[in-house]
Amino acid sequence: MKKSTLIIAGLSFVLTGCATMYSAAELDKMAKEAVEKSFVEKGIAKKERINQDAINLACTSAELSKTPLSGEATRKLEAAEYQAIKYPADGKFLGDWKAGERVAQGGGGSTYSDSASAPNGGNCYNCHQISKEEISHGTLGPSLYNFGKLRGNSEAVVKYTWGKIYNAKAFNACTNMPRFGHQGILTEGQMKDLMALLLDPASPVNK
Amino acid sequence: MLTKSIHKAAFGLAVGLSVSLPVVAQTDAEKAIDRYRELVADGNPAELWEAKGEDLWKKKRGPKNASLEKCDLGLGPGVVKGAYVSLPRYFDDVKKVQDLETRIVTCMDQHQGIKAKAAVYDRDDHKDVISLVAWIASESRGMPVNVPQSHPEEKRMYEVGKRVFFYRAGPYDFACATCHAADNTRIRLQGLPNLTNNEPAGKAFTSWPAYRVSNSQLWPMQKRLEDCFRQQRFPYVEFGSDVTIALSSYMGVTGKGVKSLAPTIKR
Repeated sequence: MKKSTLIIAGLSFVLTGCATMYSAAELDKMAKEAVEKSFVEKGIAKKERINQDAINLACTSAELSKTPLSGEATRKLEAAEYQAIKYPADGKFLGDWKAGERVAQGGGGSTYSDSASAPNGGNCYNCHQISKEEISHGTLGPSLYNFGKLRGNSEAVVKYTWGKIYNAKAFNACTNMPRFGHQGILTEGQMKDLMALLLDPASPVNK
Repeated sequence: MLTKSIHKAAFGLAVGLSVSLPVVAQTDAEKAIDRYRELVADGNPAELWEAKGEDLWKKKRGPKNASLEKCDLGLGPGVVKGAYVSLPRYFDDVKKVQDLETRIVTCMDQHQGIKAKAAVYDRDDHKDVISLVAWIASESRGMPVNVPQSHPEEKRMYEVGKRVFFYRAGPYDFACATCHAADNTRIRLQGLPNLTNNEPAGKAFTSWPAYRVSNSQLWPMQKRLEDCFRQQRFPYVEFGSDVTIALSSYMGVTGKGVKSLAPTIKR
């Protein structure tokens, strides 16, 4: 029994080993070098954008190897993101849902063909259904239709929703959702307007 | 030039896109988009580039007053048929893996003495590169993708490409995988191919060069990748850089056996 396990382990090593002459770690390094060499600064897109922080590095490696992060690693990474969430200084979380709809519709900003002064869109409809009226919505994220109607607007829900927009990785380490507050993609005002779109009972999202 | 097979290939692509959407009742907007795809598939302006590319291949040009008819695209000097579906591959004369666009630049230098300026899309000599790509790709239409993995450098580029595909970075934390590693997803109404799977990877790999209706441009793979990275909010990826060749290798190897569609027509 033990012997056959060893043989199987040995065989799988040979199979993965013969893919290239290099170890996985060497290939990781080569990929990093290729990235370093292949990108150049252009417009507002500085070279440093290719750098990975701890959470992006961990999620890249987990997805590449198809090995989910351990529970402990996930908790540690999420906790670090959670601690960096900044809540509105004036204690007001909800802005104007109509302005929020415009932010949710916008998908521009931050590319090297954009100017530094161009405001970023929230890209929300790219991935989520939000109001029923907008049928051109993506499906990478869950539907947010009736978000507030289903959850109410208790203090806990409001705080959670802010945190999710500000830094979704605080709740789901390897989510595909950008960290809109943490990375400075959206302003505090834009995020308040998105909050209203999701939580204001008058918003079409909650009709 | 206008052949039935072009119609079939392009129409097949349009149908392929529509069936890759989630299995839900089609909205009126989705039906309208499918109808639009059918309409634009009827006659692909890429043929204009193909015709120019065939001319450029056969015409004596440059300081050496030579044609490209002895250019080795990987299957031997002058062999065009099947070249597109078996690139990127390793070339011993330059000691590296090249895709079709970078190989054409090498051939222009070797055979014609043209030191091609091809760093900027559709400028200078890159105009010629695009036309040559369109014609060379069209000569492989219907042939199965067969990107080689026999040379160690080809294997290495595949492995590097796979790592780049999953590389999360930039202000939005996006990787190629963010949008292209799951089945039946969309951005707005645009269906997203899962490039980690054989059939969608092969279809995507052989969908470029494509004529883009929205901007009347012919986009080869290098330009497709550059614009993906732009939208990923990455810095500018340079023409012919390792990342572009590695990603093409990853897609091509993943898409092995899928029948080539290029040049196609896109929205």
